Amino acid sequence: MITQSQETRSLAATKADGSGEIAYVAMKVGGQIFGLPINDVHEVFSVTRITPVPLAPPMVTGLINLRGRVVTAICLRTLLGLDETPGRQDRMAVGLESGGELFALLVDSVGDVMRFHASTLEPCPVHIGGVWRSVSHGVHRLETGILVILDLKRALGTMQRAA
Amino acid sequence: MDELLTEFLTESQEYLETVDRQMVEFESNPSNVDFLRNVFRVLHTIKGTCGFLGLHRLEAIAHAGETLLGHLRDGAPATPATVTLILQVIDRIKMILQTLASAGREPDGDDGDLISALDGARTMADPSGSASSGEAREAATDRGPAPAAKSGEASLDELERVFRDTEGPDLAARPAPKPAPAPLPAPVADEAGEARPGNQTIRVQVGTLEHLMTMVSELVLTRNQLIEIARREDDQHFKLPLQRLSLITAELQDGVMKTRMQPIGNAWNKLPRLVRDLSAELGKKIELVMDGADTELDRQVLELIKDPLMHMVRNSADHGIESPADRMAKGKPETGRIRLSAGHAGGSITIRIADDGRGLNVTQIRAKALEAGLASAADLDRMTDAQAARFILHAGFSTAASVSNVSGRGVGMDVVKSNVEAIGGAIDITSEPGRGTTFSVKIPLTLAIVSVLIVTVADQRYAIPQAAVRELVRVRPGSAHAVETVNGASVLRLRERLLPVVTLSSLLQAGESAPGTGLVVVIQFGQQQFGLLVDAVLQTEEIVVKPLNSGLKSIPLFSGNTILGDGAVVLILDANGLARLVGNGEADEVSSEGAASACLEEDDASQTILVFQGGGAVKAVPLSLVTRLEEIDAARIEQASGRPLVQYRGRLMPIICASEAMRLPDNGLQPLVIFSDGHRTMGMAVEAILDIVTQTVDIDFSDHEKGVLGSAVISGRATEVIDLAHYLTLAYPDWLAAPKATAEATPSRVLLLEQSDFLRDMLLPVIRAAGHVPVPCANLKEGLALLEARAGLSMIVADVENEASGGLDLVRALAGHPRHGQVPIVGLVSIPHPELAARAHAAGLGELVAKFDRPALLAALRRTPHGMMEAA
Repeated sequence: MITQSQETRSLAATKADGSGEIAYVAMKVGGQIFGLPINDVHEVFSVTRITPVPLAPPMVTGLINLRGRVVTAICLRTLLGLDETPGRQDRMAVGLESGGELFALLVDSVGDVMRFHASTLEPCPVHIGGVWRSVSHGVHRLETGILVILDLKRALGTMQRAA
Repeated sequence: MDELLTEFLTESQEYLETVDRQMVEFESNPSNVDFLRNVFRVLHTIKGTCGFLGLHRLEAIAHAGETLLGHLRDGAPATPATVTLILQVIDRIKMILQTLASAGREPDGDDGDLISALDGARTMADPSGSASSGEAREAATDRGPAPAAKSGEASLDELERVFRDTEGPDLAARPAPKPAPAPLPAPVADEAGEARPGNQTIRVQVGTLEHLMTMVSELVLTRNQLIEIARREDDQHFKLPLQRLSLITAELQDGVMKTRMQPIGNAWNKLPRLVRDLSAELGKKIELVMDGADTELDRQVLELIKDPLMHMVRNSADHGIESPADRMAKGKPETGRIRLSAGHAGGSITIRIADDGRGLNVTQIRAKALEAGLASAADLDRMTDAQAARFILHAGFSTAASVSNVSGRGVGMDVVKSNVEAIGGAIDITSEPGRGTTFSVKIPLTLAIVSVLIVTVADQRYAIPQAAVRELVRVRPGSAHAVETVNGASVLRLRERLLPVVTLSSLLQAGESAPGTGLVVVIQFGQQQFGLLVDAVLQTEEIVVKPLNSGLKSIPLFSGNTILGDGAVVLILDANGLARLVGNGEADEVSSEGAASACLEEDDASQTILVFQGGGAVKAVPLSLVTRLEEIDAARIEQASGRPLVQYRGRLMPIICASEAMRLPDNGLQPLVIFSDGHRTMGMAVEAILDIVTQTVDIDFSDHEKGVLGSAVISGRATEVIDLAHYLTLAYPDWLAAPKATAEATPSRVLLLEQSDFLRDMLLPVIRAAGHVPVPCANLKEGLALLEARAGLSMIVADVENEASGGLDLVRALAGHPRHGQVPIVGLVSIPHPELAARAHAAGLGELVAKFDRPALLAALRRTPHGMMEAA
């Protein structure tokens, strides 16, 4: 079922419209493209200063001051068990809210908004690895590559479990 | 409908809480019709809304209760049985409301039993002879059975009745008061007025207020930053608007704080009822007296102490008060008394729960403590009774011979203690055998803004709440204060005591810092005292505490986080969590002597002095003048045109030796005392930092030696107190240039009016440092005499806060003075306060400076004689 419903649009397109399409914000981590439903994403910003939190779970990079609010930064790389990129000071972050608390998902880069019809969501391949499967609830096929859809609640849940 | 229901629930709960209190008061004073009318009105309101919302069970029971109350109101005597019955009605209503809140519908079941009991009581209570109960009784008999029979949708008939009922209280209130047969004096009219639901209030979501509070707190911090910047820039254009902004912010903060304040009586509402039920249950006679119920405190704090208070009152009733027979036998009044009182004292609130019961059995407590292995027999022998009494605050500690129904349930005293300590409070127990026990709970007014000490460890900053910090000790291997190890555990010898020391960097697993070098922050948590070794201490700040992300709450070391003035997020260390990690070593009782000397602040007669060695001599400088203590690598010291300089915080800083006899080393660590004023910073090279002491300092002033203000005996040693002004000019010849220029023309004299000897001594060197000759005086009379005697005063610095100093009178006296009318005046206050500012302004005074704000005072002094006042 490879339809051509995949298309990129400007950030102005925000909501899934009546056609059953879901818009995702695409982001890259370690060469892999991930998607987060755009309704979950508050904003995208670049991070300059992070206060590390000693004794915190490894995926918690630290705390960020985002316009006077304290945001917990989660490193998607560490979360997925990839190597930490050394020496990168300005990182891109995707601002999220979960359970009334603010999070920033640190990624390598943030791309466009992609729209898919809900029916083209396929289950994760069974052999992609335990952590990956635990934070994703499906994939969309792209012309080149695969878009892994992140499940925000489960992804942040791994932090709570690790804590 | 949902929203209506929620509103109904909140409203009803609030009403019921007041009813609880009023019913008990009514019982003891049955002639007070006002109370009855209030309770009646509450039940009536509930009933009316119930009908509207289709809550039939609730409606029926509220109605039955109302009917009985109607009879009481019309003059039927209130017996304890009737009061109990009405309390039962209220309980039943509460129970139904609870189910409603959780399940969204009324619980199944029938209240026939209670309603028939109420009907029975009504027939008995019916004042058939007094013939005063026309309307109410008629209505009651007519409506009585109806609601019970009803079910299903609201009929037209019913709706109409609801409308009729809604008018009820007014109708009832107007003709009713053919009051009680015997017109006893109707007291406490104000009480009734207070309880009446006011129409001058609006309901605001707590979340909205909290948000407002956070924003105001942030505004306060931003203002503080601005003031700091303005001080550095010394730009006159900013000053006036900034002062206004400062005042407005302070008032705004006050105002918003007030919205969060609630009378502590709100937390006491349930207690009269509790005591009443307890006395019935325990067969004791107990009277509850409440003082200071209008004392206000932060809503958040109020919520947190509600349960601990209730537990303590329950304890007093159960364990404290004896049975009536026992009391009679001891010659005490049969009725025991529990007195609850609350009052403000210096930024905190003290709540006392005092009973006149049997007092704590200290012998039994000691025996029990020994048995439970909480302390050795020898330790117990050494303990005073007051210390031993504190064992009742330990978990699982109970001396009650039998666990009664009353005290067996709910929280224990250990939970009370930890709840109180969690909000920065403390519990104190005093007890006298046979006379009673008093628990004093001291809690902070608010939790919104906290003063913290910023420390660094492994290049990261952390905040430690000031309330937990007792003192700071610089440690270095081989110096007087060195960290030693005993079996791998670090300790510090401090005033003949061994203090356990933990290294913060290893607690945080944040890399290694140089072993045993840095500053030890002495932390007191409860009875436990320990040292925390950090790399450096930066400054103190007022911060707004923000909660940690829930995923991080499991880390015991942090209690929250905050955003500092420079925008960085900083974690707040939790004294409680630290104390637990250090090991819950046996209660480390601080000797009173130790505690006294450990206390660095708030002792008016003493001054904190930095003692150091320079050129072989012991020298001292008031710590208030010191900006920072540093150690630099001597190799980093450069020479420029023959003067030593060092790159410090991105600037070149001149280094001046504390004594001409001193030579700067070529390598190794060079301790520096940093002084700064605005953008100018100077490092004074010293041979060693010896100590920081707090004591009374009597300076013998000497005018002869350069750079020496005088000598004083500090820690039993003759010590030279340095004249900072001398060194400042060595570093920057023009530092004091402006005032010096005038000083050469005519000696610039500054009159200092300050009543306190201590403060006067503290301010004199500041004035001298600014290049003026201070003329001190202690009161208005002295001041005026000096003014008459002397000409050429270039400025007056006067305490305008303390009435005894008479500073404001001086300002007024000078307003039209021929010779001194033009002399600029700087007012000194301890904390600039809007009200004070207004008073000072009215007296014609333009500028106010905080006594401890050295930079601001120096800036004000520098502006003479051209600066003048901006306003006035």
